[in-house]
Amino acid sequence: MKTLITSKGDSTDSFFDLRFGRGQYFCIYDDESGKLEFIKNENAEAQGGAGTKTSEKVIELGVKKVISGDFGPKAKDLLNRFGIQMVIINNANKTIMDIIRTLS
Amino acid sequence: MPRRRRARKVVEPPSFKGYRPYGTINRSRGVVELHYEEYEAIKLADYDMMNHQEASDLMDVSRPTFARVYETARRKIARALVEGKEIVSVYGNAHLENDWFECTACDAKFTMPHAVKDKSCPLCKSDKIKTILH
Repeated sequence: MKTLITSKGDSTDSFFDLRFGRGQYFCIYDDESGKLEFIKNENAEAQGGAGTKTSEKVIELGVKKVISGDFGPKAKDLLNRFGIQMVIINNANKTIMDIIRTLS
Repeated sequence: MPRRRRARKVVEPPSFKGYRPYGTINRSRGVVELHYEEYEAIKLADYDMMNHQEASDLMDVSRPTFARVYETARRKIARALVEGKEIVSVYGNAHLENDWFECTACDAKFTMPHAVKDKSCPLCKSDKIKTILH
């Protein structure tokens, strides 16, 4: 199963990003193969609709779980409709590695 | 310690806050609290005309449990009608589809979509989770 974690940078030492739609990078972790992949968020600088566009991207990627700091109402709606689990962590001092370690 | 009560799944909460009788001599004779899951039980069994097995599957509880919920619902409504009491809808032991949960072990908040079978924290796998009311 694939999990998406919003990240501030493109390595496992980077900090976790509290923003979902405007998160800098997305870290995609596959817990079956243990593979990690970083994708740059093209909607990070978007004027509007970043949450919706990012949610669409999440659905496209086939991710089943999203870990972020918060979700806007539109993103929540969309992710709910597609049965994607949302996880909110309110701690910006965590690195991607920390989160992956708690996950596995 | 009694066994933990399983949350009853409710597809949609009732569209009303309550019902009040009119034409009674005494203005208020108290209230009857109808839980969301009891409303759902009445709706599934008597409005959608499902049998108890189908309805219990939908609410994610066993058939005997569904029957008990349904029975308390009927008794509460009967008491309200006979004694001229108000009916108010309260949350009860319901679990709504779009609900948020909180893990008391790692403080993460999360949703629980249909497809997720594992009812533990998605982050630390702890089973110390509770519903957040909003």
